[in-house]
Amino acid sequence: MTSRRFVLTFPPDATGEPITYNLIKKFDIRVNIVKADVSPGQIGHLVMEMTAPGKVLKEGMDYIRQQNVECEPIDKKISYKRELCIHCGACSAVCFPGALTMGRTTAELSFDPEKCVVCELCLKSCPLNLFSIDIG
Amino acid sequence: MSQKRSIEEINEKIRKGRAVVLTAEQVSAMGKEMTPAEVMSRVDVVTTATFGPMCSSGVFINFGHSNPPMRMERLTLNNVPAYGGIAAVDAYLGATETAMPQDAYGGAHVIEELIAGKDVLLQATGKGTDCYPRTEIKTLVNKSSINEFIMFNPRNAYQNYNCAVNSTSKIKFTYMGTLLPSFGNGNFSTSGELSPLLNDPEMRTIGIGTRIFMGGATGYVAWNGTQFNTGKPLNESGIPIGNAATLSLIGDAKQMSTRFIRAAYFEKYGVSLFVGIGIPIPVIDEDIAARLMIRNSQIETNIIDYGSGNFEVLGRINYETLFSGEVTLNGKKIRTAPLSSVKVAREIADLLKIEVTEGRFLLTEPVAMFPKTAGLNKLEIRI
Repeated sequence: MTSRRFVLTFPPDATGEPITYNLIKKFDIRVNIVKADVSPGQIGHLVMEMTAPGKVLKEGMDYIRQQNVECEPIDKKISYKRELCIHCGACSAVCFPGALTMGRTTAELSFDPEKCVVCELCLKSCPLNLFSIDIG
Repeated sequence: MSQKRSIEEINEKIRKGRAVVLTAEQVSAMGKEMTPAEVMSRVDVVTTATFGPMCSSGVFINFGHSNPPMRMERLTLNNVPAYGGIAAVDAYLGATETAMPQDAYGGAHVIEELIAGKDVLLQATGKGTDCYPRTEIKTLVNKSSINEFIMFNPRNAYQNYNCAVNSTSKIKFTYMGTLLPSFGNGNFSTSGELSPLLNDPEMRTIGIGTRIFMGGATGYVAWNGTQFNTGKPLNESGIPIGNAATLSLIGDAKQMSTRFIRAAYFEKYGVSLFVGIGIPIPVIDEDIAARLMIRNSQIETNIIDYGSGNFEVLGRINYETLFSGEVTLNGKKIRTAPLSSVKVAREIADLLKIEVTEGRFLLTEPVAMFPKTAGLNKLEIRI
C-alpha cells in the first residue's frame, strides 16, 4: 500500500462528477480529505491523501485528470528543530490528527510524521517558531 | 505535639550537607502513602519550579556613558523601543515591546540575544543639555559592555490560571495559544503540583526577599506581583481556583541562561517571554508538609470561553485530567494541551535540588510577608 498526498485543482466549469465517491467505489482507494476549498463557478482546491497499491493509485490519478481536474502529488513534510524545543505543548493543542502529542509521564513532545496531514496549524502555534515545511 | 523546624536549623543542615531535599513531584508521590508528620520528619526542603510564558517581564539596563555624554531620551535596541524616561543612560526594555504592532520580534527576543552574549544595536536620541551635550548615538552593545543588566518582572509565577476554550465557529489566536473553533481544544498553563505558589498557597514561607532560582541565576522576590489577588474561592484542598497570587521578581540577567529564558511569539497576540523560576520551600511544620503533598488531582481551575468575548466560566476541572490530554465538556471530548513546559520545570526543580543539597543555595526567611488580603480594582471609564 502507498499513501500519497495530492492537491486537486478544479476548473470553474468542473463537471460535477463525484470524483471522491468514484475513487472510493470504483477504484477502492482510501481517501482522506485534508483541506477543501471548492465553490461553484470558481477555481477550487482539494488537498487529499490517497492510500492504495501503487498501480491503483496511478489509475486513480489518471481518472481524476480525465475529468479535467489537475492532480499534483505534494510531498511536503513538516519538520521542527527538536534541539531548540522547550516542550511547552502549544503545538499539540492544535494538532487534530494527533501527530504532535505530549508524553503523559515524560512531558516531552513527540511527533509521528505518519499521522501528520500537513495542515500547518503547528507553524503558527509554536511560540518559538520552530516548525517549517520541507518541500520534497 | 506537632513538629516545627526553623529556617536556620534547615540552613545548618544544608551547610553540613545533611539536608534532605526533594522535588515537589517526589513529595506529591510520597504523599499518597504518608502523613504530613511522616513527610515532615523525612524532608527538609522541597523544590518547586515553573517555566511558562510570562508577559510581565523585562530588564533594566545601564549602558555606560559615552564621551561626550548623552541623556538617552528615546531609544531602541535592535529597533525595539525601550523606555528611557529615567536617568541618563538607564532604560527599561519590556518583554512584549515591538517596533510595529504586528511584529513577531520584540523585547523578549532582544533580552534573549543579550543573555546569549550577542551584540545588539543601540540607537538613541536626546535633546542635548549643558551637562549631556550629545544628541544622537548609534552603537553595538552586549552584556559585557553594559553595566547593570537587571531582570525585573512585575508579575510572574501566577498561582493557578484558567483553562481556555473557544465556543465560536472561528479560530482564535490568544495569549493562551491557538484555540480551535467549536471547543476544538483546551489550553492551560501551569506546572501543577510542581508550581511554586500551589505548594505554599498561603505564602507562609515565600515573601519579600525570598531567594529563588531565576532564569538560571540567583534571583529574589522583590514584592508581591501585580494583580495579586487573595480573594479567589478556594477548593477543598485550599487551592485558589483560577488566577490568584503573583510574584514580582528581580535577578541578575548577566548570570542567566537562554536555557531558562526564551523569547516567544503567540500568533496574532504578540511577544512574550518564557521565564524559568524555581523556589525552594522549607518544610517548617506539618501544615507546610501537607501543602507540599498536593497532587494534580487536587488542584483545580476554571474552564473559560475565550472565544465569545465575555469570558464565561463553563466548568471546573483538575490538572490530572488536563494533563491527561483530554477532558469532557458538555458531553464532548476536548483535546487539552499545556503552554507551560513541565519538562523544563522539572529540570529547574532538579537543578535547584542539587544546589541546595550540595550547600550552594541557602534558604531565606522573608524580610516581610505579602498582604493577607488583597483584591483588584476594575478600571472605570470616567470621561
